Amino acid sequence: MIQVRNLVKTFGTFTAVNDVSFDVAEGEIFAFLGPNGAGKTTTIKMLTTLLRPTSGAIELDGLDPQTKQNEARKRFGIVFQDPSLDGELSAAENMEIHGVLYHVPRKLRRQRSEELLKLFELWDRRAEQVKKFSGGMKRRLEIARGFLHTPKILFLDEPTLGLDPQSRNQLWTHVKKVNEAERVTVFLTTHYMDEADRVAHRIGVIDHGKLVAQGTPKAIKEQTGKESLEEAFLALTGSTIRDESAGSADQMRQFARMWSGGRR
Amino acid sequence: MSAIYILWLRELKRYTRSRVQIVASMGQPLLYLFVLGFGLGPVFQRAGNGDYRQFVSPGVIGMVVLFSSIFSGLGLLFDRQFGFLKETLVAPVSRLQIMAGRTLGGATVAVLQGLLVSLVCVIAGFRPVHPAAVPLALVFMMLIAVVFSALGVAIGSSLQDMQGFQLIMNFMVMPLFFLSGALFPLNGLPKVLELATSIDPLSYGIDGMRAVLLGITHFGAFTDAVVLVAVGAVLLVIGAYRFSKIEI
Ligand SMILES: Nc1ncnc2c1ncn2[C@@H]1O[C@H](COP(=O)(O)OP(=O)(O)OP(=O)(O)O)[C@@H](O)[C@H]1O
Ligand SMILES: [Mg+2]
Repeated sequence: MIQVRNLVKTFGTFTAVNDVSFDVAEGEIFAFLGPNGAGKTTTIKMLTTLLRPTSGAIELDGLDPQTKQNEARKRFGIVFQDPSLDGELSAAENMEIHGVLYHVPRKLRRQRSEELLKLFELWDRRAEQVKKFSGGMKRRLEIARGFLHTPKILFLDEPTLGLDPQSRNQLWTHVKKVNEAERVTVFLTTHYMDEADRVAHRIGVIDHGKLVAQGTPKAIKEQTGKESLEEAFLALTGSTIRDESAGSADQMRQFARMWSGGRR
Repeated sequence: MSAIYILWLRELKRYTRSRVQIVASMGQPLLYLFVLGFGLGPVFQRAGNGDYRQFVSPGVIGMVVLFSSIFSGLGLLFDRQFGFLKETLVAPVSRLQIMAGRTLGGATVAVLQGLLVSLVCVIAGFRPVHPAAVPLALVFMMLIAVVFSALGVAIGSSLQDMQGFQLIMNFMVMPLFFLSGALFPLNGLPKVLELATSIDPLSYGIDGMRAVLLGITHFGAFTDAVVLVAVGAVLLVIGAYRFSKIEI
């Protein structure tokens, strides 16, 4: 379903993704793990038409997202790591816009929107402006919105970031459900190794832009001779903390905060 | 089509919800209208140009439409920072449609702002000589709105963040306004200034409104309309192209 060959992305002289190749089969849940700044989000951006690769080849369901942008976009849904909601609009309006953009028929749109908002416990506050939500609520709304249409491939970039255990559970149960019932291929990233161990069929570990290991959670543990995935991960990527230089996304986030702070 | 509509609707909703901004954006034009209106009025009259408030009203309306439409085009930068832009960019909708929805939405908001300030002008004593031509003036307002919304989107697509914002304000929006003849007649200007005013698209918009509402014109209403349509078309193409190239 996803085919990546020798993918490279450089920003100036810095190589964020360095010669990465992997395959994700149809109906598979693939976890992409790596320390901060390893290149996970950058890879997802290239897979989802938001960034042009410096070199290398990508196929999504047989389509090159660079040349067949629209066709490729029809195949996937995505929950971003960074916020992507319209804070001035209500939860229901954010869902509605998504449904229209993804061509979900009106009746189905309303029905699924209601189901999902209830599932992620936002139904009571659906008419409220999103900017008034707590961080976790916004996150839940992003996730609910991601499930509104049923794509062939679902990208989840750190979906559990900032979520309470209840919502995390809800999310993974739902991910497994759509994966099993509708054979949605899932490509996810997370920093919680236990989550990856529990839900992923296969795992890829990326560090400094390079893929350092690939296989089932079991195979990766065996390969490193460790009991848990967390230990295996540390063995593969070392235990030093990455100094994630403030990338432009972070700077923008800071700016956004400044602006919204200044306005109120 | 439904994508264009929903994005258009979004711009409208955001506009109607930002009451403070609606009021705030009226401040500057009112200042021009009243302070310049009363301050320059006598001089203008003595110079044989007639009633300055009559003259400056279309200019102030044009100014509001200019500011409002450029701002909504640059709203792209806000959406980039707050992240909503990503959501639209990965949707299975052509970028042309997304750009169209945004631009039309921005243009509609700008026209609404223009109508609001028109009302204020009328209350302040503006009396169109040809009231029957009000719909025509509206057409000019729409043309100005589309031209500058498209310009805003083109610029917004080319900038990475808000840091260029002041630059755009000081070196583009303000000159566009001051060189448009919004505040002074375009007749008998020094050569350099005349050249500058004649390459400013807003000159044609405001001249067009004056032509139909007051019967005063420099270029002629027909030329005004043709220039605006042509510039609008070119800017839409550039805007759509720049927009299709956005990376995040
Ligand atoms: N637009 C950009 N310009 C310059 N550098 C960038 C840009 N985007 C990302 N980078 C850099 O590329 C590297 C990989 O970033 P990426 O966001 O892919 O990391 P990640 O694996 O998703 O990390 P995290 O776990 O923190 O989300 C980082 O060092 C980051 O600073
Ligand atoms: Mg990331």
